[in-house]
Amino acid sequence: MPNLKDLKNRIASVKSTRKITKAMQMVAAAKLRRAQEAAEDSRPYTKRFNAVMAGLAASVGGSDSAPKLLRGTGSDQVQLLVVMTSERGLCGGFNANISKLARQKAQELKAAGKTVKILTVGKKGRDALRRDFADDFIGHVDLSEVKRIGYANAQNIAKDILTRFDAGEFDVATLFFAEFVNVVTQVPTAQQIIPASYEGGAAEETSSAVYDYEPSEEAILADLLPRGVSTQIFSALLENGASEQGARMSAMDNATRNAGEMIDKLTIEFNRSRQAVITNELIEIISGAEAL
Amino acid sequence: MADTMQFDLVSPERSLASLQVNAVQIPGAEGDMTAMPMHAPTITTLRPGVLRVESSQGTSEFVVTGGFAEISAEALSVLAERAIPMDEMTRAHLDELIEEARTMYKTAQDDEQPHDIVEEAAKLLSDMEALGTHMSL
Repeated sequence: MPNLKDLKNRIASVKSTRKITKAMQMVAAAKLRRAQEAAEDSRPYTKRFNAVMAGLAASVGGSDSAPKLLRGTGSDQVQLLVVMTSERGLCGGFNANISKLARQKAQELKAAGKTVKILTVGKKGRDALRRDFADDFIGHVDLSEVKRIGYANAQNIAKDILTRFDAGEFDVATLFFAEFVNVVTQVPTAQQIIPASYEGGAAEETSSAVYDYEPSEEAILADLLPRGVSTQIFSALLENGASEQGARMSAMDNATRNAGEMIDKLTIEFNRSRQAVITNELIEIISGAEAL
Repeated sequence: MADTMQFDLVSPERSLASLQVNAVQIPGAEGDMTAMPMHAPTITTLRPGVLRVESSQGTSEFVVTGGFAEISAEALSVLAERAIPMDEMTRAHLDELIEEARTMYKTAQDDEQPHDIVEEAAKLLSDMEALGTHMSL
């Protein structure tokens, strides 16, 4: 039987752990609200942008003169995986799920004889993937200093990716992030950003009006495609931010509940052994008295 | 004929304006243009400049950097990379923008990029500087 002092210490330590997880849950809840707002604020832009792009892509996309960003390089030999994860842990399966999806994809591609290159955003994904794919890493973007993700962050990442694309370093780029559904559900998602695919949804909206383009359709498309990459990265970053906080919130909620259960169990055990000790002492006293 | 149209100004980070307007002056890539209700459907890219919005509540101005505008008969949406309301615009903001354009121009030159890219960066820089004069900051 564990002695009383040990039990008491354990209860105290679990209690302080519970306090920490509770605090983290509340912080995550506050951050989640902000992250969700940011994601919602960016939605009108992304939506309109995609609508216009879909219209443009539909009218220009088929031709041979279409920009490479839309048409692709004509090969899919070298694949770039952009894996977005969080900078911090303690958020349940959030990072593990994204890394798992990326790992699966990388292994699939390798099995098919493709070359895989990996660019990570966020420390956790880098740590998780470095073990298996250390040789495939071409870069890492550190956002740990960034308090609030701005469009400029996305632009920098996009610029990096586009420079590599222009230099012919890869043919296809895929973005890995967790889509925020609600607090308990985040879906790890793979989204191809280069060559860009804009389809569905917008088609019926834009087809009603035939637009004049100024300057030409091709020039606008060439101008907008790089922006499209930034926009997609930006919205992925925001989705990821919201997902991370959501995942952390539910993970910490579970942890708090588990700690509570553990405290209850330990308290019962503590009381039981305390009573046993008292009973023991009583028996000793009584049998001592009887012996006289 | 309707004399107002829906105007939306959105940047990736937030939506800045959404209201009924009479006319909007847009700094288009190929020159300024004013969009009024029943304008022919047009999509144009923007150069850095001032967006002037005239509505029944008066005129408001926004400084926008690149992006594009989608004009249709009854609506106008401007998707700007960065948009700042004129009254929040300060010299510091502008300096930052100019500085950005200047570094871009420099790197374009140093990297020996094709001629048109250098040209474009130079144009951007002069656009930014013209913007400063225009706002008399």
